[in-house]
Amino acid sequence: MERQACIITGTVGVDAHVIGTKIISRALGEAGFKVIALGAQTPVEEFIMAAQETAADAMMISSLYGMAELDLEGFRDKCTEAGLEDILLYVGGILGVSRRDFAEDEVKFKRLGFDRVYPPETDIRAAIEDLRGDLSRKLAERP
Amino acid sequence: MRSTRLFVDFGSTFTKLVAFDLEGEELLARVQVPSTVDHDITIGLEQAFALLSETVPIEESERRQTVACSSAAGGLRVVCVGLVPEYTTEAGRRAALGAGAKIVGSYSFELSKAELREIEDIAPDIVLLTGGTDGGNRKVITHNAALLARCGSGVSNVIVAGNKSAYDDVAVLLVGSGKNVIYTGNVMPEIGVLEVEAANAKIRDLFIARITEAKGIGRARSMIADVIMPTPAAVLEAAKLLADGTHGQPGLGELLLVDVGGATTDVYSVAKGTPTLQSVRCLGLPEPYAKRTVEGDLGLFHNLDTLKAIAGVEDLPDSFEEAVAAMCRENSVPRGEEQTACHLLLSKVAVRSAVNRHVGSLKSIVTPNGEVVVQRGKDLTRVHWVVGAGGPISFSVDPAEVLEGALFEDDLPTLLKPRAPEMLLDSENVLFALGLLAQSEPAVALRLMQRYVVPLCARACQTVGGRK
Repeated sequence: MERQACIITGTVGVDAHVIGTKIISRALGEAGFKVIALGAQTPVEEFIMAAQETAADAMMISSLYGMAELDLEGFRDKCTEAGLEDILLYVGGILGVSRRDFAEDEVKFKRLGFDRVYPPETDIRAAIEDLRGDLSRKLAERP
Repeated sequence: MRSTRLFVDFGSTFTKLVAFDLEGEELLARVQVPSTVDHDITIGLEQAFALLSETVPIEESERRQTVACSSAAGGLRVVCVGLVPEYTTEAGRRAALGAGAKIVGSYSFELSKAELREIEDIAPDIVLLTGGTDGGNRKVITHNAALLARCGSGVSNVIVAGNKSAYDDVAVLLVGSGKNVIYTGNVMPEIGVLEVEAANAKIRDLFIARITEAKGIGRARSMIADVIMPTPAAVLEAAKLLADGTHGQPGLGELLLVDVGGATTDVYSVAKGTPTLQSVRCLGLPEPYAKRTVEGDLGLFHNLDTLKAIAGVEDLPDSFEEAVAAMCRENSVPRGEEQTACHLLLSKVAVRSAVNRHVGSLKSIVTPNGEVVVQRGKDLTRVHWVVGAGGPISFSVDPAEVLEGALFEDDLPTLLKPRAPEMLLDSENVLFALGLLAQSEPAVALRLMQRYVVPLCARACQTVGGRK
């Protein structure tokens, strides 16, 4: 039987906007993923520990309060130190200062080591399709 | 009755010998002679003993009890090998600096063969191998251990302070390599946690057990009790005691100490460094409470060119070049008005640059919720004491002027230097000795410190007051 992929969700830092991550968690569950929902206001360290414990395949991090860039500074590097060098990192929401170009945010977060970056009002189903694609590609790459 | 205790610092330039009377709690004498580490360290030591005994009678038993620190023969040279530069490599560097080491190389991620050859050529006293949180990444530390195992005689001591889950694999790789390998606690056991004490202690142990022999300092052992730590570690011990006190004797509280030497400028802060402004967010690795940084390019005699470059062209006396050249040639204390002026200016520049690099800084970032201020490093703006140490400050014509370089500057408001501290001076240049004494008699050492670390006079206070 195929292993159920495990996804960590939550909002990072001191962001209390919980609705987005709830919708994501629910949609992921309905799509057949194992979901570890950390909920609102989750410190970066907790994302990492949860991923280590559950040998998670991906993290879907939400942020709406515009401080994601500060919260997620060095996040890929931290994952690497923590032995999560292969984990998929997705982030979405209002990531930068308002009225800023999303393309800029995308570049910035990709540089931070995120695999995918989503603007506000993304359809979660599209993101789940991306996730399936990325996961099967990872699986194929494994020796 | 007098109870004489002797302390030695084998420096790169001078061998210093200090005698304290522990009963009367006073400094009996301090002498220094040129170091002779290149041929036989004991020659300089004998000269120092002879010089001292001209003023203080010393008995053979007192000589044998002498305790020493050393920064001779290049100091304790450490190469740090970690994973991510900002995390485990940096954590390793901090552990090494706190142990009084001189960092002669830093490497991150998987070492290449070229880097390995580089490390062999550097031939450090110790390679500090870190990488991965506990239970985290094991690939990189095992890769690096495998390479180090194949390394030639350039690497003889390896301290492993990384992911403990990789230790069994690392041990298999390093066993039989002929290297002395020591395992200790992870410098970064979890993300966001810095634990440097264990690695710190192992570095010091290794220094006593093996390194002093290799440095030609071991010979001195036959004459004195022991060489117990690198000199910067002794100064850090002194700074900690002065700040924290001991056994019911209160210390001064948080402080910043600047030690200008011939080859380097060392800055020590014993302070939490947490934000003093409201709603400031801290980023980066946590800071050690007792932190040392060292500027290898800011020594007063060996790096005059760097200092000259930093000092810039403005406010230089006309004959500056000439005076600097003369000081370089003579490699001694400044003579005459011109040299003295240059010396003062250069010392101040050294203090200023070294403290600017030691303290934390603020950066403001605009977000949808308004402005957020981010702090990296330590906020030392409210530190109440700034201590000056080292010959170039202690014996300067105007120590307060030199130490002013450590103070907060209105035109550099993001650098978190002390705003309105009181200034102190290691007037007799004996802090290293008191750091050594603190290992056995902390209470006496503290009282001696309170006696010989003296407040700097009116001029400084006025200047500081003016900035409040």
